[in-house]
Amino acid sequence: MKSKRPAVPYIGWMLIFTIVPLIMVVYYAFTDSKGHFSLEPFENASVYSEVFLYSLLIALISTFICLVLAYPLAFSISRCSDRAQSMIIMFLMVPMWMNFLLRIYAWVLILQNYGPLDMILNWFGIDVTLIGNSGAVVVGMVYEFLPFMILPLHTVMSKIDSSLIEAAQDLGCSGFHVFRKVIFPLSVPGIISGVTMVFVPTASTFLVAQYLGGTQFMIGDVIERVFQSDHHTGSAIAVVLMVVILGFLVFMNRFGDKEAVN
Amino acid sequence: MKKLRSKIYFIIIMAFLYLPIIYLIAYSFNDGKTSVWKGFTLKWYEALFNDAQIMGSLYNTLIVAILASVISTILGTLAAIGIYNFKGGVRSALQNVSNIPIINPEIVTGVSLMLLFTFAGVMMGFEMGFWTVLLAHIGFCTPYVILNVTPRIRQMDSSLYEAALDLGCSPIQAFFKVVFHELLPGILSGFLISFTYSLDDFVITYFTRGSRFQTLPIQIYTMTHQRINPKANALSALMFVVIIVILMISNFASMRKSKEAAR
Amino acid sequence: MKQNAVVSLKDINFKYSNEVILNNISLDIFDKEFITLLGPSGCGKTTTLRIIAGFETPQSGEVYFEGKDVKSLPPYKRNVNTVFQKYALFPHLNVFDNVAFGLKLKKLSKSEIEQKVKQMLAIVDLKGYEKRPVKNLSGGQQQRVAIARALVCDPKVVLLDEPLGALDLKLRKDMQIELKQLQQKTQKTFVYVTHDQEEALTMSDRVCVMNNGVIAQVGTPEDIYNEPANAFVADFIGEANIINGIMLEDCKVRLLGVELDCVDKGFAHNQPVDVVIRPEDIEVVAPEEAKLNGIVEDVIFKGVHFEMSVRCNNCQWLIHSTVSQKVGDTIGMRVDPFNIHIMDKMFLNPTNDIITEVYYSDLENNTTTILLEGSEVTIPDTFYEEGAKIKIALPPEALYIAGDGVGQLDEVYIESVIWKGEHNEIILESDERKWIMQSDIDEQVATYVPLCFDFSKAEISEVSADEE
Repeated sequence: MKSKRPAVPYIGWMLIFTIVPLIMVVYYAFTDSKGHFSLEPFENASVYSEVFLYSLLIALISTFICLVLAYPLAFSISRCSDRAQSMIIMFLMVPMWMNFLLRIYAWVLILQNYGPLDMILNWFGIDVTLIGNSGAVVVGMVYEFLPFMILPLHTVMSKIDSSLIEAAQDLGCSGFHVFRKVIFPLSVPGIISGVTMVFVPTASTFLVAQYLGGTQFMIGDVIERVFQSDHHTGSAIAVVLMVVILGFLVFMNRFGDKEAVN
Repeated sequence: MKKLRSKIYFIIIMAFLYLPIIYLIAYSFNDGKTSVWKGFTLKWYEALFNDAQIMGSLYNTLIVAILASVISTILGTLAAIGIYNFKGGVRSALQNVSNIPIINPEIVTGVSLMLLFTFAGVMMGFEMGFWTVLLAHIGFCTPYVILNVTPRIRQMDSSLYEAALDLGCSPIQAFFKVVFHELLPGILSGFLISFTYSLDDFVITYFTRGSRFQTLPIQIYTMTHQRINPKANALSALMFVVIIVILMISNFASMRKSKEAAR
Repeated sequence: MKQNAVVSLKDINFKYSNEVILNNISLDIFDKEFITLLGPSGCGKTTTLRIIAGFETPQSGEVYFEGKDVKSLPPYKRNVNTVFQKYALFPHLNVFDNVAFGLKLKKLSKSEIEQKVKQMLAIVDLKGYEKRPVKNLSGGQQQRVAIARALVCDPKVVLLDEPLGALDLKLRKDMQIELKQLQQKTQKTFVYVTHDQEEALTMSDRVCVMNNGVIAQVGTPEDIYNEPANAFVADFIGEANIINGIMLEDCKVRLLGVELDCVDKGFAHNQPVDVVIRPEDIEVVAPEEAKLNGIVEDVIFKGVHFEMSVRCNNCQWLIHSTVSQKVGDTIGMRVDPFNIHIMDKMFLNPTNDIITEVYYSDLENNTTTILLEGSEVTIPDTFYEEGAKIKIALPPEALYIAGDGVGQLDEVYIESVIWKGEHNEIILESDERKWIMQSDIDEQVATYVPLCFDFSKAEISEVSADEE
């Protein structure tokens, strides 16, 4: 139990299957097809900068909607009895256990032309195309990742002692002030991990846009497509994505630390 | 008033989460390919069970999931113990590297492994397939095992291990007779998480499977990509039933356990 | 005596990541005795126990078990068993299986195991508890299971690491007696670790007092109480008045300006010493009948005696007396010569001397900088040439602990804090040396503090190369 030796196989494993592949991605990103150092892959990749920004925007909007939807829900769950809480959490988890392609596929069926939602809207005399646009992608993303926002928020909020809220009320806080001065500051760690857990996969996911977004691809789809023909450009996009995600994580961490200090 | 409002809100969110799945399942019984209801049928289920390809990929998925989760549980438990015994900077560096597959976008992990396997395949003369998928799955499952086992190690009273040695256990005996029991909840949840993640994985499998190896998520992709396929609905319904049954069993078990503990 | 030492420790040195935990410890533990390792937390007593058990291997020194070197023998091959601080009962096993754990490993027959476990549970008063899960037992019961589990393996030596620490006071007292009886009944060698001096004195045949990685004194409880080897032991065991004195000649000591007769001999002329007087050894008499007089400042009734705080020449004395005095009264304090214990000072030099070369100096600001254990220390209002050899004599009052956490020497270890009537005498240990300091604040022993120097109180002089 005191020995470091049991970690040796996994350290070797990480070297081969985590470190080396990442080095290879970086290597491909900075070389041309002849293996010489080159920035050409990045130049080629710059064609996709609009897709990139679009993906980040979709991710940002989806994350924001998830946060707005999840926050009040997580709070009201956290004020239930322990038994009720674990029941509700279980019910929230069940859809997550379904294969994610099938869940997206369900929305394809719902939003398709002459699908149920389309029919209902038509009946009211509203004629819009529900599928094949950014709105549909956002709906898919929110559906896909909403539980990832609820769970961390709930974990943090369930630890907020009810007596803290009562103490704030006792000291003269009104409902809104209780929220602003007590609940919100204490729930910041949950917001941070929820935002991280939703933003990272939404920004990098692929297929959701292919299923719901029509012709407008996201960066994950681009990486997949480009990789089929050109490893160098694909790697360059992957490196950019990695750096952006890493920057985002560092930013969120810093933000969390600052909040903690305050 | 406030209670009622939050109840209504809760119901709306639950409806948002469940209605698509219920709709999906309902239409697995529709005798027609469009959203128009044409009568009840079980033909899609029949077609599903008769589809040798789907059954084959189900078999592949289960084999990969079982092997990947067992191997990553062993590898991860050992790694968690070993890493825990490192100190300070080395330990946190190892933990950070171990978390890379969790933090990194799946697609990046997928393409990076594809690069490795293509390269190694050219060097050593193999093609991507079952083995590369298995390796990739072990790679992304093990960090979850470590994440689940490490807190148990931290909580464990280290004198338990010493007590076992003191009473005459060899280190190996002490591990299996005492330490293992203490870490078991963490090991089990690590195993379960690995198993479900492996079952469900699409992205990383997609990049490491080569051209022929099929798993169920890949099969679902080919079934549903840019077309409507009621067989996928039938499959969803079956998967949903399996999930519900598993959850009910595990919940029932944990309820009985907590009752026993209360007694 | 030598031949029946069960465990022998010889010149044990133990370091944990460069921190000296045990410094050249030697100790013989005899057959069938109850010996207690006593000391404040961080003194190395638990490490000593763990070395005997085999959980730690010392960097140097030997461990003998019945004459055989066992230094590199793993714990599971040693004929010793441990009762752990927090019991370390296996939570997944019931009482019976916990106790039977060691026997099962010895491959005894089922009936034999059952008989032995039953017998042992009866001895520790836990008959009928076999099937209970250990989680549901009270602290005292868990304690008994832990003892039974160790004893049932029939070890030569039982090691107990503060086993009563987690129990409440009443239960502790009961268990102390039970443990002692158990030891006598089972005729085993008990090595007991505690920081509670009362516990040590009550239970032990011999007590080994430890401080800062060394053994301060080994002896029977009576020896240790009556003849403490130094001020630390006197302070740690029971209550004591410890006062700075000067040995004038054999059997004559001066303290607080008064010459007193004593019975100790063999000190140098005018040697500074620590004088220890137990509070119950001071007889309260009329002022004119004693050389030492004091004013009563405080009286507390303690059930059997009165505890009085008496001020005598700026020094606070503690007196136990069966007769109460009025606060404000002047009393005489008489001590029989054989109750005055004289001991060597733990810190031989009265000042902290630093002899070093000047690292660099600054004429403009009139400062001199020296290198002290790797960090630069600047002495204000002093100028010596760069490279000059100087001696800095820092009296105890020139040292202080930085209140703001930034010291000239960081992470200095507090080895002992002894109340000397007027102020605390604190001995500190930095990386390379020890320091003596005077302070009115009760610092916590075995903690790390930042140390500062007030050079205005220091005596600084240049030393020529030949003088040293």
